[in-house]
Amino acid sequence: MTSFDAIVIGAGHNGLAAATRLAKGGRRVLVLEAANEPGGATRGREFSPGFRSAGLAHLVNRLDAEVAKDIGLDLKGHETLLPTTVLDGSGKAITLNGAYGESIDGVSAEEQAAFAAMRKKLIFQAGILKRFLRRPPPQIGAVSLGDLSTLAGAGLSLIRKGRSEGRDFLRMLLMNVADVTDEYLTDDRLKGLLAFDATLGIHLGPRSPTSLLGLYYRLTGDVAGRTGGQFVPSGGMASIAPAFRSAAEKAGVTIRCATPVARILADRGRASGVVLGDGTEITAPVVVSAVHPQTTFLRLVDPAESGTGFVRSVKNVRSHGNVAKLDLALDRIPDFTGLPAEARNGRIVLVRSKEQVETAFNPAKYGEFSTDPVMEITLPSLSDPSLAPSGACTLSALVQYAPYRLKAGWEHGKPAFLKIVLEVLERNAPGIGKSILAANLMTPVDIEAEYNLPGGHWHHGELQADQLLVNRPTGAASGYKTPIEGLYLASAGAHPGGGISGLPGWNAARHILSGATA
Amino acid sequence: MNAMTKSAADLRRAARDHIRVPRLETPFHERLMAISEVNDWYNWAGYKAPHSLTDGELEYFAIRSTAALFDISPMVKYRIAGPDAERYLNRLTLRDVRKLGVNRVHYTAWCDDHGHVLDDGTLFRLGEQEFRVCCQERHLPWLLDSAFGFTVDIREETEEIAGLALQGPTSYAVLRDAGFAGVERLKPFDIATFPHEGGEVTISRTGFTGDLGYELFVPRARALSLWDRLWAAGELHAIRAIGYGALNQTRIEAGFIVANADFMTAEAALRADRVRMPDEIGLDWLVDPDKPNFNGRRAILDARRNQTLKHILVGLEIEGNISAEHAIVYHRQKHEAGLVTAATWSPTAKRNIAIASLERPYGSKFTEDLWVEIYAMRELKYQKMMKRAKIVPRPFVKLPRRTATPPGLK
Ligand SMILES: Cc1cc2nc3c(=O)[nH]c(=O)nc-3n(C[C@H](O)[C@H](O)[C@H](O)COP(=O)(O)OP(=O)(O)OC[C@H]3O[C@@H](n4cnc5c(N)ncnc54)[C@H](O)[C@@H]3O)c2cc1C
Repeated sequence: MTSFDAIVIGAGHNGLAAATRLAKGGRRVLVLEAANEPGGATRGREFSPGFRSAGLAHLVNRLDAEVAKDIGLDLKGHETLLPTTVLDGSGKAITLNGAYGESIDGVSAEEQAAFAAMRKKLIFQAGILKRFLRRPPPQIGAVSLGDLSTLAGAGLSLIRKGRSEGRDFLRMLLMNVADVTDEYLTDDRLKGLLAFDATLGIHLGPRSPTSLLGLYYRLTGDVAGRTGGQFVPSGGMASIAPAFRSAAEKAGVTIRCATPVARILADRGRASGVVLGDGTEITAPVVVSAVHPQTTFLRLVDPAESGTGFVRSVKNVRSHGNVAKLDLALDRIPDFTGLPAEARNGRIVLVRSKEQVETAFNPAKYGEFSTDPVMEITLPSLSDPSLAPSGACTLSALVQYAPYRLKAGWEHGKPAFLKIVLEVLERNAPGIGKSILAANLMTPVDIEAEYNLPGGHWHHGELQADQLLVNRPTGAASGYKTPIEGLYLASAGAHPGGGISGLPGWNAARHILSGATA
Repeated sequence: MNAMTKSAADLRRAARDHIRVPRLETPFHERLMAISEVNDWYNWAGYKAPHSLTDGELEYFAIRSTAALFDISPMVKYRIAGPDAERYLNRLTLRDVRKLGVNRVHYTAWCDDHGHVLDDGTLFRLGEQEFRVCCQERHLPWLLDSAFGFTVDIREETEEIAGLALQGPTSYAVLRDAGFAGVERLKPFDIATFPHEGGEVTISRTGFTGDLGYELFVPRARALSLWDRLWAAGELHAIRAIGYGALNQTRIEAGFIVANADFMTAEAALRADRVRMPDEIGLDWLVDPDKPNFNGRRAILDARRNQTLKHILVGLEIEGNISAEHAIVYHRQKHEAGLVTAATWSPTAKRNIAIASLERPYGSKFTEDLWVEIYAMRELKYQKMMKRAKIVPRPFVKLPRRTATPPGLK
């Protein structure tokens, strides 16, 4: 049997990015994936005969260009940025063109100017944070030269903009998105969009303190160098997983699917390999866990191998998802009232105002779903006709808020929530109900089961101020290394966080290759 | 209370009633009250406990010359049981619990993830899957959080289990005459159970005095009858109830340390530099790097390897006869080297002894030319004395009768 220098658990895009970088760094790498196919949240599946979903993720907005280039990812289509259209049911649409609304249709000239000013401000501020996201988080007690230059760089770009910019950055950093939109905008729909984007995938409402961070996070992503851009690769979202897979295989990585890892072997603070579901032991000096940190430390590693304090902090990581995923099989392309034809292949956000988002969040605090939910929609079969029979269409919606821990239980709640979601769709696209051939709603509980993703959480752990940087996922396991030597974290649960970026995996691999022991 | 079926929060809530009464009375309070001549009570972990009952000196000599009865009920006690109890405790504590036989006791300590000592205590193995931990501080939240991933049941039993220490050269004779047949077979750190009033009393040959002695545990309801049984049998053997003052003198002689007196426990320390690793308080011998992983292992071994240990605990012999409690220790009479955490004139050793925490390299590299500065209050005026101190091995008092089996009756 071949021996491996490193075992990567989980063939999500981060696991594959980590594996590829390690292989390119000269390591013999084995990736073990529980599902029958690689890709993690980008793994597609047939949800109704003849209709396929391309996976949970339906847009790319933060795939890191350097990562893509370094691992040799063959994905095209980022030249075409997709628009976002906001629909509030009035029939009057707002469309943001280019990268996060470089131009906007559907609002007054004054509002356009206001949005431009706000966009400029937020992109500048997000640019400062981006320096910290691109590299491993600074390590408390061991500040490196690189950390210093990042800090200095951040400081410099603030100084260059003058003192008031620095002050404004510190003022806004932990604000809520609702107040920030009020400072700049007047149009409720635009405010609603920003409120939605700031909170999607996070357990916060727009009025919750620090909710602006979610928007910053989105704006630390870019597509082809354009901040806030979004695209769907040519061939559709379903081409992402194969692209990561073939990059890995080209680099010499061995991938084994349908091979769940049951345990990580560790003894007295050192990892030495894994035990598979069928009891097979595979040893390697390096184990990279590209699955949820809680899976890693509460299920795969024997808790006896971790300290009580560490287990406590891992248990305390908040990771209950709020996003439900709806896949619809439609017998025709739906007709959203007011949606410009050229924006049909882009993102459609159904939101009336930031108050609607806030009101949608309220019940989620108490374990109930929103009765007037907000959502973003794409029509995946438009860019990838293989997803639906000809003439038919698929619709993908990410709906918020659908709390993982539903008080009434999801067996009970799901039909009721689906009915509500379909009613919202019907209001915005009259007649859509009649064109539905099949509907598949995945609550966070379903997502957890189908994608081996605890809590069904977008980021493998809340992306909030207390779970960022040196505290992601938790202090003693930040910066990819863990209290167990030879065991590293590399999923969205590690720094910087979730979304299809490749950064957690790639950073982890670079950390391992650097030979840093700390 | 069951860690397997209830949440940690529920268990914590259920077990915190002890804070509702500012001064709890132990199951023996009635008897202590009746004996107490001086009404000298202090607060031991929320319980009313005697500092002395009659006369400190007589109480001291009861421990060293006859038999002394000391109420240890306020000691915090946990029952830990279940299929994973051994594995759980092995991860929790420093020593290898696999080596602790059934009906044996060992002294041990436990640390947080940073290798800082949370407490020290004794671990009783009552059965293959059943243990009792006795210690100074409450730890239920820590114990419950440590149970994640183990099939183990953890119960606070401080209130329901009464404890007595019977210590001194005639302590065995007292037990024998009280009818505990077979107690002579107990070697140090052995445990056995004996019938008492239709129930059981657990007797271990353990103690905090460095003398021949035993500790007895019974359910609260049978506490007073146990006391009376010992008292009646002890009359001929000059049994005397004692308070903490006398006990403290003997424990210093024996070289034992007390949590939050000789070191700050990691959860009680507010200041970052007050916490201590086992090696810094003389407990390095408890750390077993060869056993499976345990809390603090990596930090402790790293500190050893990187030589970042900052403190050291030493025994001191000080010239003169004035107790140096809380005196500052100096090197060459000028460089501050540490603090005396406990001190007493030892009537048995006839030496002025102390336990001190020194800041390395004092005590590790610089072991000569040490001094303590004693401030003795004399009629509203401090008399300052610089006294020579010498590092000496602990225990200061070593008594062959502590370990002789069967106990001699001389
Ligand atoms: C509903 C939803 C919609 C989203 N939409 C978008 C979007 O539109 N755009 C975007 O950029 N991001 C989106 N995200 C976020 C993004 O999908 C995730 O952050 C990202 O997939 C994380 O990648 P990963 O490789 O770290 O983990 P994952 O993609 O979760 O992959 C982890 C892999 O590990 C495997 N695994 C788990 N346990 C084991 C085990 N014991 N043994 C072996 N293998 C195991 C899993 O099967 C899985 O394949 C969405 C997330 C959700 C939940």
